[in-house]
Amino acid sequence: MSETVTSEIVGQLQRWQARVEVTLKPVVLDPQGDAVLHGLHQLGFDAVSRVRVGKYLELTLAAASQNDAETLVRQMCDRLLANPVIESYTFSVEPGNPPTA
Amino acid sequence: MPADMSADKPEVPLVAIDQRTLDEVALSRAEYLQILELLGRAPNDVELGLFGAMWSEHCGYKNSRPLLKRFPTSSPRILVKAGEENAGAVDIGDGLAVVMKIESHNHPSAIEPYQGAATGVGGIVRDIFTMGARPVALLDSLRFGPLSEPRNRYLFSGIVGGVGGYGNCLGIPTVGGEIYFDASYSGNPLVNAMCVGLMESGKLIPAKASGAGNPVLLVGAATGRDGIHGATFASVEMDEASEERRPAVQVGDPFTEKLLMEACLELRDTGWIVGMQDLGAAGLTSSTVESAHKGHAGIDLDVSKAPRRESGMTPYEMMLSESQERMLVIARRGHEDDVRALFARWGLRSDVVGVVVDEPVIRVREGDRIAAELETRLLTDEVPAYVRDGEEPPELAKLWQFDMSSLANSLPAPADALLKLLGSHDLCSREDVYRTYDTMVGANTVLGPGSDAAVLRVRDAADHETDKYIALTTDGNGRLTWLDPFNGGALAVAEAARNIVCSGATPLALTNCLNFGNPEKPTVYYQMSRAIDGMAAAARILETPVISGNVSLYNESFGTAIYPTPVIGMVGLLEGREPVPCAFQAAGDAVGVLGPWSVTPDTLGGSSYLAEVHDTRAGRPPQLDLEIERTVQQVTLAASAAGLIRSAHDCSDGGLGVALAECCMWSGLGLHIALQMPEDVTGSALAATALLFGEAPSRIVVSASPENWDALSALAEARGMMLTRLGSVGGDRLSFPPLLDVPIEEMFTTWRQGLRPFAETPEAEQAHVRTDRIE
Repeated sequence: MSETVTSEIVGQLQRWQARVEVTLKPVVLDPQGDAVLHGLHQLGFDAVSRVRVGKYLELTLAAASQNDAETLVRQMCDRLLANPVIESYTFSVEPGNPPTA
Repeated sequence: MPADMSADKPEVPLVAIDQRTLDEVALSRAEYLQILELLGRAPNDVELGLFGAMWSEHCGYKNSRPLLKRFPTSSPRILVKAGEENAGAVDIGDGLAVVMKIESHNHPSAIEPYQGAATGVGGIVRDIFTMGARPVALLDSLRFGPLSEPRNRYLFSGIVGGVGGYGNCLGIPTVGGEIYFDASYSGNPLVNAMCVGLMESGKLIPAKASGAGNPVLLVGAATGRDGIHGATFASVEMDEASEERRPAVQVGDPFTEKLLMEACLELRDTGWIVGMQDLGAAGLTSSTVESAHKGHAGIDLDVSKAPRRESGMTPYEMMLSESQERMLVIARRGHEDDVRALFARWGLRSDVVGVVVDEPVIRVREGDRIAAELETRLLTDEVPAYVRDGEEPPELAKLWQFDMSSLANSLPAPADALLKLLGSHDLCSREDVYRTYDTMVGANTVLGPGSDAAVLRVRDAADHETDKYIALTTDGNGRLTWLDPFNGGALAVAEAARNIVCSGATPLALTNCLNFGNPEKPTVYYQMSRAIDGMAAAARILETPVISGNVSLYNESFGTAIYPTPVIGMVGLLEGREPVPCAFQAAGDAVGVLGPWSVTPDTLGGSSYLAEVHDTRAGRPPQLDLEIERTVQQVTLAASAAGLIRSAHDCSDGGLGVALAECCMWSGLGLHIALQMPEDVTGSALAATALLFGEAPSRIVVSASPENWDALSALAEARGMMLTRLGSVGGDRLSFPPLLDVPIEEMFTTWRQGLRPFAETPEAEQAHVRTDRIE
């Protein structure tokens, strides 16, 4: 009985592809960004006036609906992927490719 | 009656001001009235912000100043006394001086642990090189809530990471410190960072602005909205720009700090400047006001000339920003271009933002508009000072009456108790923490973390080795201070001095960080006042004047104050001979305890044993006798100067049992104790427990080669000091028949593993830990 239920639930799960961008909040000092800016200027790219360095993550996950997947990703961001005190994040969730055999 | 009372009230203020505005600048209504009276008018917003910053505890010491006057502050060696400059300075001979200070960064670390701790280190390092001294060592005294709570684990890994992350980048070794855990620090960790610098005594750069017409330069990082208390944010409507205006957590940039340090040290020798002051708490406000006041002059400042990281910043924000890695430099007129060229060579921006003026005022302009103008006196001399009535915490009397004999039926076997203590978070090895710090950079660290005191080789101005060493330590015990504020304060100073003495060095001076709760509570004020009395008494007898310090109040979470935690940083000097290690050195050496021999159960009061083994924090801590303490230290120093002892280690947390175990574990050499035991010890498990784990102060475990033992005994006897021979170094066990017989290997494994699960996997740990942040 319980096996049937489990396989039913798994059967309902879909694969999702999440893309997460984490950036320092606009007012927070970004020493890494400043270092990159400095490096660009030294190479002669004077056109650049500001650099902010963030991080980009791709996640593949299973969830029953887009809504569930977004909820999961938001929790992951709050708990680990971003530091809410100094960073903000944005993400998108799209249906993922079926697993390759 | 109500009508009469209202008639007695002071006149209604000239200008209405709402409570929220006052709360934002942390001024009371009475203080606001005082400002109106002093000024003869209402301050504008910027001026009110300046008052709020300068009249704060952090800048103005309004609750602690009267108490701090009780400290001894001078000795023939003191070159710069407490309060005169950014840090104190002490003469170590041959034209060299040690500059040192300890400072808290508790609240920022509670919010963003990594950056809070990192900028704490950055701030204290600036205090040292601002004076023209080269920073040579860092120490960090940390307190956390129990690691069983996820939030505390998050704070622990973040703070340790921040200390190492910033310090390691600067090329300054982190050579010592402390870590303790207690529930009273949950949600309010303590991060006290200490920096020690070396300089030629004649080259001190004062933190003063003088000489009308001299240009004032702002150097280093651009100014952002870091750390502003949010007054402007809270007083405007929320809109899409709100996120942009939100005050930001300060983020440290150690590489900029390194450049600033090297540039400032180069600038020291040019003769182009009259003064230098770093920007710390209250940023431009405190640096301009304090340097102008010290120079008996004023500063006319144009904030529109200061470089900004963000657009739209108001004069208020510019004056109160706490952006890191900035420095105020007062140049000699005509040398501003030289100064700017020097900084430019180090890749640092500098701008002339003001000028020294004759009038004793601080004038803030934004272009042609004057945004604020106040006499510096109002922000310095006129800071109110509060003397409050203290009240002994009502629980103390009851805690002191704790009956040790109530433990008699629940005493574990001594070996089990010893292992429990050695593996406890308070007493176990800190290696998993300090191995993440660079403890050796500069190659002057002779004894690093893990010793009673760190010892560093002193190099002279030409970078040549000298025959001098400095010994450094931090000490403070919140639990003991909570149980007995006077005694706890005195013990912190005594233990710091004892640690210095164990290394063979003579204590010279101390710096202190006073971490307390809300001083407006009479019981907290009592703790502060009594702890300061205790520290002052010990500092007097042990001849270690206070040369600098910092006060951190309102350390509370959920309405409960932390343990009152005065932390002592101390420096000692050793000349012409090698430092003395803590660990045993050779099999066959004789081991003894110098100092009073006490086995009474009441020495367990407030002990680590009670806390760790019985989960009890009670009893009256054993009282410190300062005369005995001084004699013990003098005998130890005389013995190490005469080359009579091979090792010295003080008895503190965990008492004699833990001290002996440490001497064994650190050396890998065992100890066999052949002591004729008094009958009251062999017959009573409680007395045996007190003998092993009681924390009677003023005791030092020494080892000496057997042929020196008689000379050592004679030395102690001549000073009327007890020296008890315990036994001989040898074997691979700590054996103390009939009480104890434990293999070193077993003790070491337990001790070494204590913090490992928490120090290693920070990423996995964080995943676990953020959980409670969003709950």
